[in-house]
Amino acid sequence: MRKVSAEEITKTVRALCISAACDLEPDVVAAVKAAAGSEESPLGKEVLEQIINNFEIAGREHLPMCQDTGIAVFFVEIGREVQLESSLEEAINEGVRQGYKDGYLRKSVCHPLKRTNTGDNTPAIVHTTLVEGDKIKIKIAPKGAGSENMSRLKMLKPAEGVEGIKSFVIETVSVGGGNPCPPIVVGVGVGGSFDKSALLAKKALLRPVGTPNPDNEFDALEKELLNSINALGIGPMGFGGTTTALAVHIETYPCHIASLPVAVNIQCHADRHKEATI
Amino acid sequence: MSEPVKIAPPLTDAVIEKLRAGDKVLITGVIYTARDAAHKRLIALLDEGRALPFDIKGQFIYYVGPTPAKPGAVIGSAGPTTSGRMDAYTPRLIELGLKGMIGKGQRSQEVLDATKKHKAVYMAAVGGAAALIARSIKKAEVIAYDDLGPEAIRRLEVVDFPAIVVNDAFGGDLFEEGVKKYRRVG
Repeated sequence: MRKVSAEEITKTVRALCISAACDLEPDVVAAVKAAAGSEESPLGKEVLEQIINNFEIAGREHLPMCQDTGIAVFFVEIGREVQLESSLEEAINEGVRQGYKDGYLRKSVCHPLKRTNTGDNTPAIVHTTLVEGDKIKIKIAPKGAGSENMSRLKMLKPAEGVEGIKSFVIETVSVGGGNPCPPIVVGVGVGGSFDKSALLAKKALLRPVGTPNPDNEFDALEKELLNSINALGIGPMGFGGTTTALAVHIETYPCHIASLPVAVNIQCHADRHKEATI
Repeated sequence: MSEPVKIAPPLTDAVIEKLRAGDKVLITGVIYTARDAAHKRLIALLDEGRALPFDIKGQFIYYVGPTPAKPGAVIGSAGPTTSGRMDAYTPRLIELGLKGMIGKGQRSQEVLDATKKHKAVYMAAVGGAAALIARSIKKAEVIAYDDLGPEAIRRLEVVDFPAIVVNDAFGGDLFEEGVKKYRRVG
């Protein structure tokens, strides 16, 4: 067994929170740059250039690229040979507390009804999986509400099949319009149960933009959906244009014979994700 | 692309009437920030027959909750939030003389009707371009609801703050017109 201390987890999480807010991953930067090259609307192109300029200022001056520095969502893979010396959630929350304070990030977490701010951006949302080995891999995907609020889930009838999935995904993007800060990344979870499909949709957003789905059938479906979404004309910020989405990512799981859950998690162009291994 | 129109609130109907959906604008002067929680309190004040914390006539409200300012900085990152969450409160403020709203995303029919009836404009700033937009903010001061933190009402002094007119006072709608132009499906 390899012992891992709370301090080590906290320190890693603190750094992840700050770097995720300020330094965009190269896959997203490359996708937005490519979109700026192909966008047909002059205004849309200008918006994309402003977005790229913003990424560059944020990275250079170490400022949050977006004021909505999100609710902190974590995916943690824990090697089964790791012995944690404290509660994982407590160590992560302490890292969030420190990162959001020291990084001058916005505290955006509140009581659901009273709306009182918790003041330190905790609690975080933590998903854990046990894996082989003696390492802990921590992925952070801070999520802003502009795009999260445009996400939807539907329990389709199995008879609706792939056509039903396609129309629900397109309808969701259409309803969102300019609200989620297009160009967006569309995470789709197909199958599982009500809860599992939502988790799949969120996990789908972690795949680097521009990498294909390993399953040929779903890869083709992703490309088809991306074309249909970009034919909607919503464009950058909803001002009209040929770039509404940068990518569609699908994750699937077997489901009940009577069900076909579909979840669509919308991600804005500030598609922040970082990971570290302890 | 056309050159941006320079505007300086407080604005009169005459200036508002010159703006058209799709116009790029650069705002210089004072604008006020408010989002969900602040709007709720503003409307509660009006319900009680009390005065608002600032004179709203001719003014602009920017829907933003900035990040904390780093030491020595005027403000943190400050991009627009989704305007639709303020739809329930906005028509009443427009009736009282609010002339401009800056945010992102679509507005309700009620808001659009009020902008036409009372001569106001809805503008969008580029969502997510928060570090870039913050550069046009030269001074920021909390004038009400400090307890709301990022949601407090701030008086901002801006120079060449970039925005785009989405809904003008004549029913023009950039979202509708822009999307129609690039839509490739039936």
